[in-house]
Order: sequence, then structure tokens, then C-alpha cells
Amino acid sequence: MKRLLPLMAGMALVLSACGREDLSALNPQGPVARQQLELMKISIGIMSLVVLVVFTICIYVLIRYRRRKGDNSIPKQVEGNHKLEIIWTVIPIILLIILGVPTISTVFGLSKDYSNDPNALKVKVTAHQYWWEFEYPDLGITTAQELVVPTGKKIQFELTTADVKHSFWIPSIGGKMDNNDGLTNKMYLEFDKEGVYRGKCAELCGPSHSLMDFKAKAVDQASFDRWVAAIKAPVEMPKDEAVKAAFQNKCLTCHAIGETSTGSSAPNLTGIGSRLTVGGILFNDEAPVVDNLIKWITDPQKVKPGNMMPKAQDLELTDAELKGIAEYLANNKLEY
Amino acid sequence: MKGDAALAAHAHTVKRYRGLMDWLTTVDHKKIGILYLIAGGLFFLIGGLEAILIRIQLIKPMNNFVSADTFNELITMHGTTMIFLAAMPLLFALMNAVIPLQIGARDVAFPFLNALGFWTFFFGGLLLNISWFTGHVPDAGWTSYVPLASPTYSEGAGVDYYVLGLQIAGIGTLLGGINFMATIINMRAPGMSFMRMPMFTWTIFITSALIVFAFPVLTVGLVALMFDRLFFANFFETAAGGSGVLWEHIFWVFGHPEVYILILPAFGIISEVVSTFSRKRLFGYSSMVFATVLIAFLGFMVWAHHMFTTGLGPVANALFSIATMLIAVPTGIKIFNWLFTLWGGSIRFTAASLFGIGFIPTFVMGGVTGVMLASAPADYQYHDTYFVVAHFHYVIVGGLMFGIFAGMFYWWPKMFGRLLNETLGKITFFTFFIGFHLTFFVQHFLGLLGMPRRVWTYLDGQGLNGMNLISTIGAILMGIATIVMLINIAVTSLKRPNAANDPWEDGRTLEWSIPSPPPEYNFKQIPLVRGYDAWWKEKMEGKKAMTPAEPPGPIHMPSPSILPFVMSVGLFISGFGFIYDKLFLAIGGLAVTLICMLLRSVFDDHGFHIEEHEQEKGVTA
Amino acid sequence: MSTHQHAEGQLPHEPEKATLEGRNKILGFWLFLGAETALFGTLFSAFLALRHNIGDGPSPQHLFELPMVFAATMILLTSSLMSVFAVQAMHRHKVKEMVGWLIATIVLGLAFLGLEIYEFNTYVSEGHKMTTSAFSSSFYTLVGFHGAHVAFGVLWIGLLILQIFKKGLTVVTAPKIYVSAIYWHFIDVVWVFIFTVVYLMGKVG
Repeated sequence: MKRLLPLMAGMALVLSACGREDLSALNPQGPVARQQLELMKISIGIMSLVVLVVFTICIYVLIRYRRRKGDNSIPKQVEGNHKLEIIWTVIPIILLIILGVPTISTVFGLSKDYSNDPNALKVKVTAHQYWWEFEYPDLGITTAQELVVPTGKKIQFELTTADVKHSFWIPSIGGKMDNNDGLTNKMYLEFDKEGVYRGKCAELCGPSHSLMDFKAKAVDQASFDRWVAAIKAPVEMPKDEAVKAAFQNKCLTCHAIGETSTGSSAPNLTGIGSRLTVGGILFNDEAPVVDNLIKWITDPQKVKPGNMMPKAQDLELTDAELKGIAEYLANNKLEY
Repeated sequence: MKGDAALAAHAHTVKRYRGLMDWLTTVDHKKIGILYLIAGGLFFLIGGLEAILIRIQLIKPMNNFVSADTFNELITMHGTTMIFLAAMPLLFALMNAVIPLQIGARDVAFPFLNALGFWTFFFGGLLLNISWFTGHVPDAGWTSYVPLASPTYSEGAGVDYYVLGLQIAGIGTLLGGINFMATIINMRAPGMSFMRMPMFTWTIFITSALIVFAFPVLTVGLVALMFDRLFFANFFETAAGGSGVLWEHIFWVFGHPEVYILILPAFGIISEVVSTFSRKRLFGYSSMVFATVLIAFLGFMVWAHHMFTTGLGPVANALFSIATMLIAVPTGIKIFNWLFTLWGGSIRFTAASLFGIGFIPTFVMGGVTGVMLASAPADYQYHDTYFVVAHFHYVIVGGLMFGIFAGMFYWWPKMFGRLLNETLGKITFFTFFIGFHLTFFVQHFLGLLGMPRRVWTYLDGQGLNGMNLISTIGAILMGIATIVMLINIAVTSLKRPNAANDPWEDGRTLEWSIPSPPPEYNFKQIPLVRGYDAWWKEKMEGKKAMTPAEPPGPIHMPSPSILPFVMSVGLFISGFGFIYDKLFLAIGGLAVTLICMLLRSVFDDHGFHIEEHEQEKGVTA
Repeated sequence: MSTHQHAEGQLPHEPEKATLEGRNKILGFWLFLGAETALFGTLFSAFLALRHNIGDGPSPQHLFELPMVFAATMILLTSSLMSVFAVQAMHRHKVKEMVGWLIATIVLGLAFLGLEIYEFNTYVSEGHKMTTSAFSSSFYTLVGFHGAHVAFGVLWIGLLILQIFKKGLTVVTAPKIYVSAIYWHFIDVVWVFIFTVVYLMGKVG
């Protein structure tokens, strides 16, 4: 125990500074990820001890008992040693108890269901090939790709999929849970700090599995309330008639924006102009939003192979229509 | 009943083949072992090439070396090929080459089934890999989860190749499991009680039991997926009341014991190699046996640790966490027993023992990440990330493959009559060892830093670039090590086969008491076993050979047969029929197989005798 | 590789166990049945998981007619008894009697299969097909696999009867008879489970 504590402290130091704040499980930004890292540290601490013991004995025997040149003696044949065998059976059992107890308590702790807690925020997550749909049933909001949440509250997730299995993961906030077909999984997370955190899909779901990133944006409660109001505000259609017609006939068959919910098999477009990315991976701080939108709409397959959205030319969008729609969407921003 | 009466009653022409026909019709376990070695080795090269392509794609962010579709095909085929068509067959190679010799038997219990097992594996593997040439390659991962693998989301024939290829190859494995269990139970030499068996024999015995009980579970899963895909059944179609989680359960009830099927034989090899090259008997033999049995038993109780994030609930997750952690106890016992076998010994470093000794710290590293993964809440972070990829490659490559390399170097002289070149062997070891740790150690961190697994590419600027580069370099080193191994095999095959019976001089078990390679009948006279480490015991008492347990006489051998080959071709054709919806091929192929079974039943195999004078001449395999 | 005993002179009491090959075959077959247990166990598990998901199809209460299934059960159990008598006759070296009991075994086996084919036909016409629901898929796979095992057994024992006519009862043919009898008992035991888990539990709900 005397050696374990400093060992664990050493480990904690090494691990705690590892990786990006917005992406690393070793740099937790929420209580769930912190609990999980604590368990990791306990297990790494114990296991480092085991590795140390094994490596020490191994190196020792290889040096001390290597066959010297010309030595043809037969060493003493040892059948076993009861005392030793008991030691290396009992000590591992004790080590496992040290790991097992916090494991069990954390399993139950993390499975707590906050669905009926009035202070918790419920979010339904429906995974698609290759985007994320977020519905806030108590607020009447459906959005996509960017999960906006208030800090300091339990967020109760209900996870499912519209097609194949996916897995919802925000590494720096907490572990993942699968999105299963025909079932709903419940998981809670909590965000302490404001910031933008990267979300990943963690279950092979097709060619663009690796590109199915989403963002979790944690803001203070006041900001969140402003976001709720902004996203529910009515959205005007494009001013230009041709663009409006193209948008309604070719986009709104699958997408929805504002109060129109004609299409819901594709990401909701409300506020897309102020999201951090287009298509989850085209960053709006690396290129203007409108350019990202044009790139995406022109050939979605090129950005995310295998996804369901048809190319601009298959939709028979003219260049003017395309540009008009992209500008319209780029200007569709939410102030919060 | 030996003697003239028997000879007179069995006077018939002996059918003996040469060249290719010899290999296609052999039922001799030693030849079948060589066939498994060649086929397994070939599939290992294919799987290794797939790995190199994967790592090249991942060498830098947003790479486009292969397309996303091709990448998913590569990872699927890499996993499936390496586990089912490379690792297991290479283990079967060593099992076949060694087990009958270690227990003092002349062959396995069912030589015909042994051949059938090889050919079904081979044709199943061929079927699976032919998919590359048809453009319909399985791409849903080696675990083939539904709904991704269902007919709705995998419309092409790719997953059908997976289903049928594995189904056919799996038949072979099951037959092998039954064969070796029966062999070890019924055919040990007189005096070899269970607790006098070599450790490798014990681990193969227990592995065979695992195969017998685990493989049929996979069979049912594949049948269900096949029925869903080909006959519109609804096992996994949620709209009709099916369940994708059911697939996960069935797959992992098979899949977890499968990884113990992979590692237990390696444990056996390490026991043999460590013991022989330290000139000491295995420390704690009885607890080694007990620990192996316990690992196998517990191995059936932990499958849902692959499903911690599936949503089974806290009770299930807690129970499976604890059960999984428990396996660390018998595994730890084994590690310490090996270390204390080395302790006080006289350790000789050869390529074989380097791999055996290199196994110990490497496998321990893999094992401890296993304990880390066992804690369910922590696993919520690790699951489906590169942390898991690191863990299982540590135990499968750093564990199993090191074991296979050790076994190959150790038993090569017994199989081929020639020792592999030691210098080239040491180069292989060091290159592979360094490359291995370079590739997989950094992957632990990649996973924790946010990199999921089965990803075709990763975005720039996430802090993942450097480690992915290192990981790819390591893979190339392992490729080089493999090439050096191939050169070693080529160079060695040009040498004259003049290895001694006991080329390591410190052999402890029965296989080292007979020529290298052994004659076709293995033992002129079945030996009498007087203790554990039967051959060592005799050597320490000054004897030059085992005491025979029977008088000399003509030896009865099973006849070669082309039926196993034909039966497997029938299954292969049938597989194609099912994949491409050609009923006449599907039924026709099965009919060929069934007719062969009928012929085998109706025409009894009387075998043939090797007479005493032929034995004096030295009839070799 | 082993010793043979020849048919001139007395056959041993248990001819199937008189040779190493015979003992190997029997042990190997028990091991194979271990694998089959795992196989059917998995089929049963899948069925248990899916049996309530009847979708649009008819329910088991509606479909299953216990009297017929009970009759099929009795037929199969009796055929197993015939198989026991066959092995007993084999041990007493009464070859003709043994063959008689074996014929009775497969005739009853065929009757069982006939009933099952009739049963499946009825179900299909009532809208219970492989493609109907998860329940129906797992039903047909489980019960169908069993039926396929019965069919294979009938063919196998039939083939063995022909072999006995040609080669007689020897230490080579005896293990085949013995092993086919164990197989037959196994599929009978599986049927008892099917009758209980699928039909009885299906009726009760």
C-alpha cells in the first residue's frame, strides 16, 4: 500500500495532462468521465504493480540463470512450492477485490435514470447513417449534428437508431452507449464547463463510420434558454422565388427547417449557419460556411462516402439555385 | 491379433500414392500437420498484407490510399482470416504434428476425419478469400453485427461469403476438436495417466473441449444470419420481432471461448519451451492443469464483457465484470509458474526460447489491459476504441503468435528433420518483437485520446497523427520479420534432413525419443511411460531409448482416401450455390458430400500393414 | 495400428467395444453429441428469446394442436424403444431380431416425419411461414433442424440395415449400429425438450 499510493499519484500526473480537453478520456471535463478515469487509475495502478513484479522477476531470472558457456549441469528439478503458489493466488484475489468494489458501485451509480427528475434535461438521440439527430421532447425541439446543452445539469439521453447500430460517444465527458435498432438505451452525462466537445460514433456502421463526428456544445443556463427560444423562432423561406422553389421541392422533401416538418429523414437545418461544422467534418472556422455548404451539396458522397443525400446534379439543382440555397442556409443563424 | 492368421485374412493390395496424390489423399497426422502449416502460413501472409494496407491507409490523417468501402473490407477480412484461417490452422499444424507423438500413439483416433477437417478448413478459407476476386467482399467487421450485416444494409453478396466460408471452415475445426479429445482420452501409451501428460497435451485437450462446445454456437448464429439473408427469415429483423442484440449474444458466447481456444495451446507451447530450454521440469504442474481447466470453464461465463455498452443493465454488467476479472487469477498462476520454472534453471537462448520468453512480459501486458477492460464503467470509455485493438493484438499476436513462432522453431526439426537457421531466427525475433511493440503499444493511447476503432481515417489536428505513424512503422517491421522467416524456411529446406532424434538435447517428452522426422508409424513399438516428462526420466537413468510396451510386429495403418478432398469440394460448390442463389449448385454440392459419406460408410477401410522388414528399412512419412 | 477379431468363432458380448476403433467411434460420437447439445441449446435459446414476437402471424396457442403433437411424441419415443431392443438383440447376437427392431425404428421415424410434414403444411396455409415473424423463423429453424436430424437418422439406419445384410454383424459393423442408436436416443431427448418448450409452453403462453 505504501508503494501503491505514490505509484497511483505518479500515474494520475502522467495521465491527467494527456490529450485534448475536447476529445480525450484522459482529460475529463465532466463528472461521469472523471469517475471513469478514477477507475482507470485504480486499475492501471494495480496492474502496473503486477507488471513491475513480473518484469522484475523475468529480467532477474534471465540474467542470473542464463546458461554459462560449457555448463552442462542439470539443475535441481523442482516440482513446486506450496507457499509461493498460495501467495500468487491470494494476492491477485485481493487486488481484484480492490478493483471490483469500486467497479460495482460505479456501474450502479452510472446507471441511474434521471428521466423523472425535473432538474434533468431529456435528449433523445437517434443515430443515422451518418449523422446524429437530437430531439428535446420536453422542449419541442428537433435538431441535428450539434448537441447544445446547459452546464451543471444532468442530461438524460435516450439512445436509438434509425438504421444500423451506432454508438454515442463524447470521450471527454463520459463513456459511450450503443444505439440499438428497435430498443432505447438510457445514459446520463453532465457537463461542468462551457465549451465545445467532440463526439464520435463508436460502432462500425458503414463506410463513413469514421466521419460521423458530432459536437456537444455546453453553455450556461441563460445562453441555453436563449438557444431554445432562437431555435423555435419561425424561419423565413428564401426571398428569391426560384431559390425558394428549389429549396422547398428538392430539399424539404427530406430535410426540415423551422416549423416545416415535411421531411424528417435528413438533418434538421434550423440554425445551420451558426453550427461549427457542415456535415459534421467540414469546419466552419477553416472555410466560410457558405463554401462548406456548397462543397457538401455539390457532392455529399465525396465528403462522406455512402451517405444517403443525392448529389446536386442528381437533384437537377442549377448553379444559381445551389448558391442561393447555400447562402440562405449560411445566413440562417441562431443568436444565443 | 498379429501374426500369420491376421496377414492371411488381410491380404490385399496396398494403395500407396506418390507426389500430389499422396498429399491430397493422406490421412497421416504428420502430413496433415504440414498441410495445415502451409495453408495457415499462406492465409497468414494474406492477413498480414491486409494489415499492412490498413496501416498504410492510417499512416496520416484524411488519407485516401484505399476507399472507405475497401477499408471496411480490409479490416473485416484481416480479422476473419487471421483468426480462423491463420492462427487456428497454425495451431492445428502443431497439434497434428506433435500430440500423437507426445502421447505415444501412432496416429489420431480418426485419421480420415482429420484429413476431412483440413480440407473443409482449406476450402472454407478459399471460398472466403475468393470474395476478393468477385468484388463482393464482407465488410461488416469480423463480428458481422446486425443490422449492418442484414440483407437491408448489406445487399451485396459480401456477407454471404463470410457466412458460408466460415460455416464450411468451422466444420473442420469442430471435427478436429472431437478428434483430439478422443485421441487424448483413448490412445495414450501405457503408463501415461492424465497427470503424466505433457502440458501441451493438456492444453490441447482442454482447447478441444472448448472447440466442441463453442463452435456449434457459431454454427447456429451463422445459420440464423444465412436464413435471414437468403430465405427472408426474421431472427435479426426488428420490424418482424427479431433482435440484433441476440446476434451479439450468440456471437460472443462463441467468440469469447474462441479466444481461449486461441491462447490455451500457446500456453502449452510456452510450458514446453520454457521447461526444455531451462533444463527444469515445469514448476507447479498440477496447478497449471487446474488453472487451465478453470480458465476454460470461466471462459464460458464472461461473454457479455464484449457487450458492456449494449445496454444490458447494471446487474449484468457488474456480474460479467467480476467474472472477467476472476480469470486473471488462474492466468497469473500460470505466469508465475513459468517464471519459477526459469528460476534456478540453466537457460539457453535460441529462437524458440526467445519467443517463449518474450511471450511472458508481452502477454502479461495484454492480460493487464484485459483486467482494465473488465471494469465495465471504465470499459464504457475503452470499448470500440484503439485501446481494445491494442489489448487484443497484445494477447493474440504478442501471446498466440509468439507462441506459434516458438512452437515452429522448437518442433521444426521434428517435423522436417532440419533445424531452422538460428541467426535468421533471432533476427526474426528481434525485428518482430520491436515492430510489434511499436505498432500496438501506442494504440492504447490512441484509444484513450479519442480514436474509435474500425475507422477508415481520422481528422487532422486531433493529436493522433504521430502515434499512427509510429504504429504503421511497427507494422512494416513485422512484415520484414515475416519475410526473414520465409527466407529462413526456404534456406532450411535446402539443407539435408539430418536432425537428431533429440536435436535440442534437452527434450523431455516422447516426441524426442523417435527419429526426426518420425517414420510413418511413429513408434516401432509403443513405449512404456514411467512418469511425467517420460523421455527425460529415461534419459536421467542413463537409457538411450524408451522401454517398449509391446513386442515388435506388423503395424496396421489406415488407408489414404480422396474422399475428404472431394467432400470439401462438394461443400465449396454448395457454398457458391447458396451465395449466388443457384439452387442446383447448392443442392448438387451437398449431394456430392453426402454421397461421399455414404461411400465411406459402405466401403470399410481395412487399412494396410507395414511389415517388420519394412520397419527395419525405415519407412518415412 | 490395432488388433482385429474375426467373425469366425464367437463374437464378444459387446462387439461394438471389442476393438480400439469401436471404442474410439463410440467416444467420438458422445463428444459429437456434446457439440450437438451446444447446437440445440443455442437454437433453444434463440427460440426462447423470440417466441413472443409473433408479428402479424398466428399465435402458438392458435396454431398448435396438441393431440397430433402428442401422437408424434409417442411415435418417436416408441421408435427409441425399438432402438433399445435392437441393441439388446445385438448384444445377444440375434442378427435377424436386431434388424427387425431397426426396421421398426425407422418406420416409426418415417411416421414421425410424415406427421411433421403434414403439420408444417397446415401451418403454412394458416399464415405461419419462415418469413412471417421472428417466432416463426426460430420455430421452423429449431423444429426443422430436429426434423432434418430425424430424416438423416432414418437414412443412416436404413443404410446400416443394408450393410448388415451384406456384411453381417461383426466387430466392424457393431459400433455403427451402437452409435446410430445413441444418435437416435439423442434426437428423441431433443424432441422431449421441443415438445415441452415449444408446444406445451406455446399453448400456455
